[in-house]
Amino acid sequence: MAEAMDPIHQFNIEPIVKLHLFGLDASFTNASLFMLVIVLAACALMLFGTSKRSIVPSRLQSAAEMAYEFVANTVRMSAGNEGMKFFPFVFSLFLFVLFANLIGLIPYTFTVTSQIIVTFAFAALVIGLVIAYGVIRHGAHFLGLFVPSGVSIWLLPFIVLIEVISFISRPISLSVRLFANMLAGHITLKVMGGFVAALLGAGAYAIIAPLPLAAIVALTAFELLVAVLQAYVFAILTCVYLNDAIHPGH
Amino acid sequence: MDPAAAKFIGAGLAAIGMGAAAIGVGLIFGNFLSGALRNPTASDAQFGRAFIGAALAEGLGIFAFLVAILLLFVL
Repeated sequence: MAEAMDPIHQFNIEPIVKLHLFGLDASFTNASLFMLVIVLAACALMLFGTSKRSIVPSRLQSAAEMAYEFVANTVRMSAGNEGMKFFPFVFSLFLFVLFANLIGLIPYTFTVTSQIIVTFAFAALVIGLVIAYGVIRHGAHFLGLFVPSGVSIWLLPFIVLIEVISFISRPISLSVRLFANMLAGHITLKVMGGFVAALLGAGAYAIIAPLPLAAIVALTAFELLVAVLQAYVFAILTCVYLNDAIHPGH
Repeated sequence: MDPAAAKFIGAGLAAIGMGAAAIGVGLIFGNFLSGALRNPTASDAQFGRAFIGAALAEGLGIFAFLVAILLLFVL
């Protein structure tokens, strides 16, 4: 009984189709299944939302258009017109993280972004893209990112060191922010659920069991806000970091 | 000290960091509200930025919670 009420059990990765390639475990797991569901849901939103190009949009078309406009405005405001070449990347990233967070709120699903390796892969991809584009586009001038203008020569070594450390902390903070938000939310929900079950099984105390249930409802509403907000923060920080690659130097 | 007891004490201490994060988020939105009441027309444009600031501040509180969870369930 204690194992079923353990809040960490929901994060276990169970293989569905076992597969071993070159000695590595490449099984199709529940995580892979939900990533597939997320990609299909995002494609369905965009494909079916834009299939009928009516002037007065239906709900689905409106949702697809609003998502497109929202991310396009965000990219244009943070990274300028040259940043628009990254718009497909940021849009895919935003939709994937948003759907991953939202689908995880449905009971009995697996939250893909609650695994640090998934969020770290995204953060590493973003920072890798920033460094690669910065170096290809600006060459050594990209290192001007670490040297703010108007700093006296005596402070320069310390400032550069602080700027480098702050740059290195970007992928870590980007990945851990999303991962910890999702992990914390789901653990809290599971612990509250455990309280409801424990109270119901304790005889006379069953009368106050609706209290943790009301807390779960309120927490799910809060988790909905956090899911959307964290997807938005991930996307906008991606745009800000890409702006650093496009226009290095403060 | 018994290592399991030390872990629980450590987790409790790490969770205090969330109070600091709560103060940070409250400061951001408090400043946003006081500015919005002085200049309501400008408040809609900056509303998104308030949420970005709050998410960044809340992120650090989440890191504190993460340390507590790591102590309890992983180590």
